[in-house]
Amino acid sequence: MTAEPDIAALTVFVFFFALVAVLGIAAAHWRRPKSLAHIDEWGLGGRQFGTWVTWFLIGGDIYTAYTMIAVPALVYAAGAYGFFALPYAIIIYPFVFAVMPLLWKAAKDKNYVTAADAVLGRYGSRPLELAVAITGVIATMPYVALQLVGMETVLQALGLAGKIPLIAAFLILAFYDYTSGLRAPALIAFVKDTMIYIVVLAAVALIPLKLGGYGAVFQAAEAAFAAKGSGSILLAPHQYIPYATLAFGSALALFMYPHSLTGIFASASQDTIRKNAMLLPAYTLLLGLVALLGYMGHAAGLKISNNNEVVPLLFKTLFPGWFAGFAFAAIAIGALVPAAVMSIGAANLFTRNLWKAYVDPSVSPAGEARVAKFASLAVKFGALAVILFLPVQFALDLQLLGGLWILQIFPALIFGLYTGWFCAPGLFAGWAAGFLGGTWLAWINGFKPLHTVHLGDASVTLYSGLLALAANILVAALVSGAWRSFATSFSTRSKP
Amino acid sequence: MPLAWLLLLIPFAGLAAVPLYNKASPDLLGFPFFYWYQLAWVPLTALLIYLVYRKTSNDR
Repeated sequence: MTAEPDIAALTVFVFFFALVAVLGIAAAHWRRPKSLAHIDEWGLGGRQFGTWVTWFLIGGDIYTAYTMIAVPALVYAAGAYGFFALPYAIIIYPFVFAVMPLLWKAAKDKNYVTAADAVLGRYGSRPLELAVAITGVIATMPYVALQLVGMETVLQALGLAGKIPLIAAFLILAFYDYTSGLRAPALIAFVKDTMIYIVVLAAVALIPLKLGGYGAVFQAAEAAFAAKGSGSILLAPHQYIPYATLAFGSALALFMYPHSLTGIFASASQDTIRKNAMLLPAYTLLLGLVALLGYMGHAAGLKISNNNEVVPLLFKTLFPGWFAGFAFAAIAIGALVPAAVMSIGAANLFTRNLWKAYVDPSVSPAGEARVAKFASLAVKFGALAVILFLPVQFALDLQLLGGLWILQIFPALIFGLYTGWFCAPGLFAGWAAGFLGGTWLAWINGFKPLHTVHLGDASVTLYSGLLALAANILVAALVSGAWRSFATSFSTRSKP
Repeated sequence: MPLAWLLLLIPFAGLAAVPLYNKASPDLLGFPFFYWYQLAWVPLTALLIYLVYRKTSNDR
């Protein structure tokens, strides 16, 4: 879908994009540190973000541009099933409230910058640290790539065809990220989130008015699904368990990602995180309303060739050019914030847990900041290369695998906050079982997130990431148990 | 550990019961039950977290 450029839309778009570029570069001076040449400053913004900054940063970071495009696209294509993003984004928060303040405390006390730091500090195991670090980096890269897909979608809707606009937008991102570190996305998130709230509230208030109300929107969607012969605005019984397990598994995975944890570690206090667990659901409400744009696409009778076009086309069809330009700018800037935080999170992992661990153990904090800056550039250009040279499906498949992979660090990162029973070899064996087993499950199911388990005549279909996590925990428990009894008998025998 | 922490489990139960809320009626402002029921869990969950916060933040 490439359209004739609309001058009003384009002008508004360019204005806001230029505004955030300036903001991003100026961010280096925001709450000015003595020097940005320290990884705590560049990579965690000085660990000083209070309740509101954290709210904008984490909100802007986990509700990504790709979410704004892909969730309505799935709802447009499949109906109620695509709505699993809503319960997913609800049950995250009781979990964040209960668990993340403990992780923050450990990180603050011992100067951890990454999840792998926390695991190394807890268990003293280099292999386990390496497993967590590599999982984090490879799970994040396709996620960055998908933000570019989101950006490309709106650029095309603006009439900016070809790859040059995408590359230009990306270079701006890379530049301010390099100079300002986490302060840049934290500051830009204020603009981005304000714009997104305006766009979504306008859309969910005005679009149904034009289309005859919400009742009519749901009816039009149901009629479209009936005509198509697939999808529905209610779940089919065989979708109950996939729906619930996808929501549950995705929720457990979300705060294992480096970009989510970076937001946690950058908070000023435990209380900041607890308050955010109460306040972040405001974004979930937004997400639920965004998902409904998929149904509005049916009610508006859009003719689309690719499901990802639902949101851009809806705005172009129903709103004046300047507002469509504003909406597209919101989505494109919405891609910049998560892409920045993701690449910073991955760069922190690379620096602390690969470079410092294996290349230069005596690196200074200033040296760490320097390595991290280059690593974040490398992550971004890697993602850009994926989008420029490989089919989009490749990034989508990798993103699915990434979610399944990142879930496998859950036991290593979280269990240790509560118990010392699990040991490093057990957690490593569990991670390996979950990672390899989960990859195999994704492979045999053609990179679909679901797997059907047969138990005699009965069968149940559920999220394969949860199956892999179950295998992970089982192996971790068995090996830890065996290791502990072996260690006990060894130490009793060796006593005189 | 105060019992208040158990409140955090309620949203999991409310949203795991998919067959119970997978229906069209009663609708609200044009939203089928499936949709407004799940949307209602957003403020409800924030409220439950707030209650636990109030209950547990004194002893820190």
